[in-house]
Amino acid sequence: MIRALLIAGLGFLWLPLAVMVVGSFNAQRLAGAWGGWSWHWYAQVVNDPVMRDAAVLSLQVAIISATLATILGGLSGHALARGRRAGLSFLLAVPLVLPDLLLGFAFVLLFVVVGVPRGAGTIVAAHTTIGTAYVAVVVQAQLSANGTSLEDAARDLGASPLSALLRITLPLASPALISGWLLAFTLSMDDLVVASFVSGPGATTLPMVVFSALRLGATPALAAVGTVMLAVVAVGIAGSKRWGQPRPAVMR
Amino acid sequence: MTRPVGLLLIWAWLMALVAAPLTMLLVVALAAPSDGIPPFQPALSLDGLSQLADPLFLDGLLGSLRIAATTSGLCLALGYPMALGIARSARPDLWLGLLMVPFWSGFLMRLLAWGLILRGTGWAHTALAMQLGLVSCYLPFLVLPLQARLRRADPLLSLAAADLGAGPWGVFRHVTWPHALPGVAAGLSLVFVPVMGEYVIPELLGDPGSQTFGRMIWDAFFAERDWPLAASLSLALLVLLGPAVLLVWR
Repeated sequence: MIRALLIAGLGFLWLPLAVMVVGSFNAQRLAGAWGGWSWHWYAQVVNDPVMRDAAVLSLQVAIISATLATILGGLSGHALARGRRAGLSFLLAVPLVLPDLLLGFAFVLLFVVVGVPRGAGTIVAAHTTIGTAYVAVVVQAQLSANGTSLEDAARDLGASPLSALLRITLPLASPALISGWLLAFTLSMDDLVVASFVSGPGATTLPMVVFSALRLGATPALAAVGTVMLAVVAVGIAGSKRWGQPRPAVMR
Repeated sequence: MTRPVGLLLIWAWLMALVAAPLTMLLVVALAAPSDGIPPFQPALSLDGLSQLADPLFLDGLLGSLRIAATTSGLCLALGYPMALGIARSARPDLWLGLLMVPFWSGFLMRLLAWGLILRGTGWAHTALAMQLGLVSCYLPFLVLPLQARLRRADPLLSLAAADLGAGPWGVFRHVTWPHALPGVAAGLSLVFVPVMGEYVIPELLGDPGSQTFGRMIWDAFFAERDWPLAASLSLALLVLLGPAVLLVWR
């Protein structure tokens, strides 16, 4: 009974994805009719300069912001795991909890008041901040679970604090850092709302292009974009299973 | 040596990009609207905040509350058995993986897929379509913390309760449910809070005429360019969501 409900619920989550993948190979433009298998829509997407530029920008933003977030989030997670820091944990909780609409709006107000020109750089700054909060939670969980005994032993045996950090703490935290990076990368690739607020003319990410096209209706070409992103995500999950933690600790 | 430098770096970043933006919401909510760039002037004006009394915004707020409550309820009804199924299975990580792939695939992709399914059925752009989209996007947020909680339950407790004469309902009411409650609360907050600020799903799948709080903030910012109003609406949402935020982070 419970098993049947679980399978039904998963079916409800997988059904739209299956429809999307199949629809992306439909030679027919209309969703209702099946016109045979075709790579037509993939060719169209690859040859669309708007889609291509947006995909490249999204990848660049996601890679840079995930890397910065891993550095900042790693430092934050380490600080949180090694002492109670109420102020720090509050500031890190804000981007985790607030709706992205409020975050994006607050970011753009700051950029306008300070006079920072909006574009790819402001998207990176916003995504780094949000990613940092997620990475910090993952790293904190891992370091708290590890405990400090190995670091203490290294220090007792004469390692300097820096040496203990680089040779003991960092390797032990690396699964969390990898899954944190993947989490920050996915969040950045998937973000529409924050990017829409903080972006400027000329900096259009892939979700922004997909969203404005979706407003006119779902098409097989968009389904092709979605299928490619799904494939990228599946590879990412497989990678995090292999090298990282099995799941983001934020959800534990 | 390394530790203070790193700590300083984090504090600087978070003050500049978390504390400062939130403060700006308050500053701009109190600013006066203007036709220039940026479309507000620093002031101590109640122009934006006083507009919150407009019944239009109350309607939007009630609409969003109704949608968030409906979505939370549906997610709990669908998600509780799913979380229980994962927790009781012999291979929970396998089932969790099956839950995570759609979750990580991105919400725009799921909306795109629902758009494909509903296109030409007559259900497109209705309250039902929006509800389908909301539940399919937020269901994993409820299941993940709940299944984690249920996995920590001791099955011996339920057996002991049954041995001592409790029926299935009694076991659920006195053992399973009280233990699950923190997971349920965390899951419901993770659904309710973001849905209150949701803009994209009502916009793409919902009835074009229905107003939600998220849509009002978006329109005040992008269409009407009334930033003090948008900031006032955001502050109202922030205050309203405060308790739910604390529930997650207490």
